[in-house]
Amino acid sequence: MLSLDIIAMQAPVIFQVSWLLIAVPLLVAAVLLLVGDHANGVAPLLGVAGVAIPLGLAVTLLVTMLNLGEQSRAVTVSLYEWMSFVGGGVSFALLIDQLSILFVLLITGVGTLIFIYSCGYMADDPGRRRFFALMNLFIAAMLVLVLADSYLLLFVGWEGVGLASYLLIGFWQHKVSASLAAKKAFMVNKVGDLGLFAAIALMFTQFGSSDFHAVNARMDSSGSVVPVIMGFTLLLAALAKSAQVPLHTWLLDAMEGPTPVSALIHAATMVTAGIYLIVRSHAIFALAPSASLTVTIVGAVTIFVGAWIGATKDDIKKVLAASTMSQLGYLMVAAGLGPVGAAFAIFHLLAHGVFKANLFLGAGSVMHATGGETDMRVFGRLRRVLPWTCLAFFCGYLAIIGFPLTSGFYSKDHIIAAAFEQSMVTGVALAVGAALTALYMTRLWLLTFFGASRWDEDVKPHESSSIMVFPLVILGLASLGGGVALNAWIQGWLQPAIGNDVIAAPLIELTWQSEVAFGAVTLGVLTGWLLYRRPLAVQPSATTNPLVRAGANELGLNQAIDALIVRPGWALTSAVGAVETHVIEAGIDGIGSCATRASQQLHRMQGGNVRSYAGVVVIGTVIVVAALVIGIWL
Amino acid sequence: MTSEYLILSAVLFCIGVGGVLIRRNPLVIFMSIELMLNAANLALVTFARARGDLGGQAGAFFVMVCAAAEVVVGLAIIVTVFRSKRSIDIDDMTLLSGAPGAEGGSLA
Repeated sequence: MLSLDIIAMQAPVIFQVSWLLIAVPLLVAAVLLLVGDHANGVAPLLGVAGVAIPLGLAVTLLVTMLNLGEQSRAVTVSLYEWMSFVGGGVSFALLIDQLSILFVLLITGVGTLIFIYSCGYMADDPGRRRFFALMNLFIAAMLVLVLADSYLLLFVGWEGVGLASYLLIGFWQHKVSASLAAKKAFMVNKVGDLGLFAAIALMFTQFGSSDFHAVNARMDSSGSVVPVIMGFTLLLAALAKSAQVPLHTWLLDAMEGPTPVSALIHAATMVTAGIYLIVRSHAIFALAPSASLTVTIVGAVTIFVGAWIGATKDDIKKVLAASTMSQLGYLMVAAGLGPVGAAFAIFHLLAHGVFKANLFLGAGSVMHATGGETDMRVFGRLRRVLPWTCLAFFCGYLAIIGFPLTSGFYSKDHIIAAAFEQSMVTGVALAVGAALTALYMTRLWLLTFFGASRWDEDVKPHESSSIMVFPLVILGLASLGGGVALNAWIQGWLQPAIGNDVIAAPLIELTWQSEVAFGAVTLGVLTGWLLYRRPLAVQPSATTNPLVRAGANELGLNQAIDALIVRPGWALTSAVGAVETHVIEAGIDGIGSCATRASQQLHRMQGGNVRSYAGVVVIGTVIVVAALVIGIWL
Repeated sequence: MTSEYLILSAVLFCIGVGGVLIRRNPLVIFMSIELMLNAANLALVTFARARGDLGGQAGAFFVMVCAAAEVVVGLAIIVTVFRSKRSIDIDDMTLLSGAPGAEGGSLA
């Protein structure tokens, strides 16, 4: 700790004010929530400022770090002693290193664009002050999560984003479906929180600290069991937060929230917290190969499940949510591969954050144009009326399917290549996942923007205002160009922070793995085009294909969880309730009624009848005398 | 000699108890109480004589005085009750139960 403090003192002054990153959005959230309706007018402006100021600070930090030597880039900024106890303590400290600064830039950068978009999207919503306040609360909590230098402080942010996510999914609380979805997201995430909590408790008992440095340093001497337990508990936390099978069910329902929320929280940032946790805990997973392998398997399964669901849903936001699941599966696989994949996990995470935010905002623009419609079966031919949205969406589409030279191409191909190196099975699974991604995105693309128009005559689609189109265009350009910019640089940058391997990554490289991946994508696009090039009937008949029905039903996983966990839980609570009513309550009632009945019996003796009183006196006297006599005899 | 007097005293006492428990007329109950008190007096003077001690005789006088005073107060109560209720049946006097309406009529 001492050496780190010295580094902090020598570090440029900009690091000392890094707490402003968190304080600014938190302050904005507090002001907007506390001032009340007086702040309605300035809510959008304050809201955007609450994330744009941290963005400026983060860019300054990045530039400063680029000018520093590699050894002095990671800085721990100790703010104050949070709590102290016998044998240790926890300081409230921020860790600014190569990994966390990338996350901060993603959160504030994409966040700023989404906030600007929201100014247009939420312009007519009566609750927009609350919207911007909660979004700023989310930004503050997410920044705590990624800037924390200990697992305990990370947990604070982890719970904070969970709370913000809950509040924003249920933002339109008058909709029953929205409040149910919010509750579901909160409860499923609690399962994961228990995992993280258990891991932190284990760290305190084993190492007496939850600092990243302390845990990493003492990990080697912790035996063989502790890393495995920690690995699996952290994996449980990541499963829930990053919507991996089998704890993914909340993400599709979470689309009940406003579309900017889906873009920011449920695509670009919060759901990647699980990946961040695993990459940050690389020292633990390095010592727990079984946990790492499980991470990879879970990721590969989720790629499939997500793509399957995505290929069958008709709701445009649910397709994108399933696609998010699937892409998070890629990140999980990459994180589970260890040093060969860690940097690519972060690379794809950044790329995905940008292009998925773009796709979600594009979907939001389509919804905005069609009066809140999300059913792709009643879209069609929207390229004519929404040219800018269509163009920006096309950039995101190219990026997500991994079209050469776009950001998704670089980030995803590296993961597929690394997977092939680890094992043939994983590689093939990822390549098939890439083909499915291309298939469902082509379906979405064709159904929404091409073919004959299928919307009702009274719907008058119109292009969104420029305040919504501007972020779309920026995100679209970033989706296209981001890969080229980061490809060669990111591995070397991250290496000191997460200990990844650095391999050569030229812009154009023809290996058999990249050819397989490109072949898979081409296959997926062609299949999608062949299936959906024909104009769709205005009222398509219900499908009978069992594969499609299973996917649209989310593979029955909701029902399975209902049957395995929710219903037994209800049965347990009603059993406990029955015990409460029929045993505990009945027992207490019984004591009371016994006392009442006994007193009624005693009451009869006091009937006011003089002679019965006299009789009782006589009986009493006889008993006393008899006792005396017996006493004398004995 | 002593035991015969004591047996007589016990018999008189039991007759008194029986009268108190069985009879419903307060005057007879008073007479039964007098019988019990005098049974006690008999026992007191018997023991005084057997011990050659005057303490018991003196106690008997005190009992007689108390009994006389008690009869005075008791008769006064009975007369008052009779005046208000036109009845002196002991079983009708149940006001002490505290239950409303336990008494046939009100004292007021």
